[in-house]
Amino acid sequence: MVVDVMLKPEILDPQGQAILGALPSLGVSGIAAVRQGKHFEIDVDGEMDEDALGRIRDLAGTLLANPVIEDFALRVEG
Amino acid sequence: MTVAPPTVDTVANAVDDPDLEQPYAELGLAPDEYARIREALGRRPTECELSMYSIMWSEHCSYKSSRVHLRQFGDLPKGDRMLAGIGENAGVVAVSDTLAVTFKAESHNHPSYVEPYQGAATGVGGIVRDILAMGARPVAVMDSLRFGDVDHPDTRRLVPGVVAGVGGYGNCLGLPNVGGEIAFDPSYNGNPLVNALCLGVLPRERLQTAKASGVGNQVILYGARTGRDGIGGVSVLASATFSDGGPAKRPAVQVGDPFQEKIVTEATLEMYDRGLVVGIQDLGGAGFTCAISETAAAGGLGMHVTLDAVPLREASMEPWEVLSSESQERMLAIVAPESVEEVLALCHRWGVIATVVGEVTGSGRLEVDWHGERVVDVVPATLAEDGPVYDRPLARPASLDALQADRAEDLPRPTSSAALRAELLRVVASPNVCDPSWVTDQYDRYVLRDTVLAQPEDAGLLRIDGGPLGVALALDGNGRYAALDPYVGAQLALAEAARNVAVTGAEPVAVTDCLNVGSPEDPGVMWQFAEIVRGIADGCRALEVPVTGGNVSFYNQTGDVPINPTPVVGVLGIHSDVTARTPMGFARAGDAVLLLGTTREELSGSEWAWVAHRHLGGLPPAVDWAAERALHAVLAQAPLASAHDLSTGGLASALTEACLRNGLGATVTLDDGTFVALFSESAGRALVSTPSPEAVEDACAAAGLACLRIGEVGGTALVVAGAFEIGLTELAAAHTGTLPALFG
Repeated sequence: MVVDVMLKPEILDPQGQAILGALPSLGVSGIAAVRQGKHFEIDVDGEMDEDALGRIRDLAGTLLANPVIEDFALRVEG
Repeated sequence: MTVAPPTVDTVANAVDDPDLEQPYAELGLAPDEYARIREALGRRPTECELSMYSIMWSEHCSYKSSRVHLRQFGDLPKGDRMLAGIGENAGVVAVSDTLAVTFKAESHNHPSYVEPYQGAATGVGGIVRDILAMGARPVAVMDSLRFGDVDHPDTRRLVPGVVAGVGGYGNCLGLPNVGGEIAFDPSYNGNPLVNALCLGVLPRERLQTAKASGVGNQVILYGARTGRDGIGGVSVLASATFSDGGPAKRPAVQVGDPFQEKIVTEATLEMYDRGLVVGIQDLGGAGFTCAISETAAAGGLGMHVTLDAVPLREASMEPWEVLSSESQERMLAIVAPESVEEVLALCHRWGVIATVVGEVTGSGRLEVDWHGERVVDVVPATLAEDGPVYDRPLARPASLDALQADRAEDLPRPTSSAALRAELLRVVASPNVCDPSWVTDQYDRYVLRDTVLAQPEDAGLLRIDGGPLGVALALDGNGRYAALDPYVGAQLALAEAARNVAVTGAEPVAVTDCLNVGSPEDPGVMWQFAEIVRGIADGCRALEVPVTGGNVSFYNQTGDVPINPTPVVGVLGIHSDVTARTPMGFARAGDAVLLLGTTREELSGSEWAWVAHRHLGGLPPAVDWAAERALHAVLAQAPLASAHDLSTGGLASALTEACLRNGLGATVTLDDGTFVALFSESAGRALVSTPSPEAVEDACAAAGLACLRIGEVGGTALVVAGAFEIGLTELAAAHTGTLPALFG
């Protein structure tokens, strides 16, 4: 199970901007924007069912992401 | 919905389609205010103009409910030190022939409730830019924080976030946090108070103004790009198209970037030093709208702005969004045409984006174009100066009589020495009196190497010119006192802050304030507010110090229930020789311990009444300005080894802190009424220690100040003769354990 957390698009992302700002000094060109987020990999005990998904969704909305300024997306992997 | 609005609502549109229904109510404007805008323009406002009026005529920008009262501050004698005062970004006070300091406190209560970290962080960032805009280098910050009950779930969420936000921004910016306060009371459940103060230093001739003068001068916006931050933060809601606009139009939390603020600060200071700036304004709560209308109105000329030149974070932003964005770390400079190139090059070198966005004109109008179309055409003073002013109804709350009659002096008191001892330990462990190190240790307090005193001392004390000259700062408030009597409560906040400055040996010279209350539409709250202003004005007159600036925060309430009215007062003092400052802690065994000032039986609103009985009622301690001034004089002259202000928690708290500061005990004899002596919160008092008690007694006699020799420094316990003793280890465990146990 993977949870990706990103700042909402309208929210300022100072870290992404810092990465963007560092690119020219590394000789990288042609990059217009960088946004930085967080990536969580979560293993569940037993079946990956609706119930487990709900628990992880709750976890993401309360602990992993700050819903005031961040969005999150869930996807099952592997 | 009949006709879909055009993509951009131009001035021509407004003339052609005069009857278009506009969402003024959603923007927080009253029907008569909307009518007034139409009258000022001679037509309906465009969408952009409506946004601008709603921002500039909001309580936050126009002070429409508070202005009639705040005039009392303007009427105070200015003294001969004040170089700039109310109406500027911050007050400026001369401290020597060549140097001045500027300081101001501001609230960021509501944003901190929504997003504690970013709300508190941007509160610090905002006040730092105010100080920068006066021509000063910011050198220190302070904060006054109030939260709900320690057991309330919101408090658990808010305290760590707010404290980390204050620390995160200030520490990254490299500014020492030299003091302040933290308090807890159920009245702030659901509405914390986050008040931040910043101090700056400037050469006197570098003082700046926020005026767009000189026709032909260029308007440069520099700093962060403009995004959808905080749109609708100042007014209520952004747009009538909110419902169909999707998530991108939701009011967005402002996110601070302290590194951006740092480079903006350095770029700005270099512009000043090279003499490139004609006028300057920071972009705060009301963003670009406020900056262009205030500078244009102050200059008395006109301004033309090419709004689409503003660098955006999101290309899809609409013109009204660009005008109302609260993106942080932005400044607006007015620059002579021949200096533009140098300013742009300078900003580029600091890594700061800078763009010419307009020009000062002689038209007398503020004109804003968006991709070649005129979207704003107004007289700037109608936005910035001629907003509505309300003399709102006031009414002393009927419930106040019953509250004041319910005196804490009548409550049951401890009847044995053992019970007295236990209550002392409870009071010094209370969240409002306990050691705040868990909070203040998250702040950098010695960066820049000019900090002489900082928390837990009574005031922050800083060197400002590398020599002995220093500035002392204290920020204090007490919402319980003000709930019992807002006039006296405000004076007690002023008296405490002035005393905290005076105990270091500094002379109080100027005042700033953050007045936090409920809704101005509630006559009871408005009465509290009027009493607070009157109290501070009368107190300043008695102390002969001016109010140089501050802010008002209304609508602090949960549902219909307002917070305890909470005036937070900052006092700035000048210390002629910081090497001779007086610290708060007992310094040498064998020194005599004296209590300066008169102790009365004043327990109402006290920490003891709250801790022992969860009681709030009665009348707060009285303020005697002559006695306060006598105390200041003694503190400045007498040969003291230590001096500590008495306030919340009374002598019990002062003795505990003076003992624990350097791990030196004391034995005191409190003849008549040990209980009252320990827990009364009478104002105008200080606990001092000295090797020459006769000299202190003589100084008190000369000043007409009561003075009681109560004991001697020494040993490893706090001993109250004939009553009890508490070992310093046990005392320290009680005093320091509270906040770590609550917040980890």
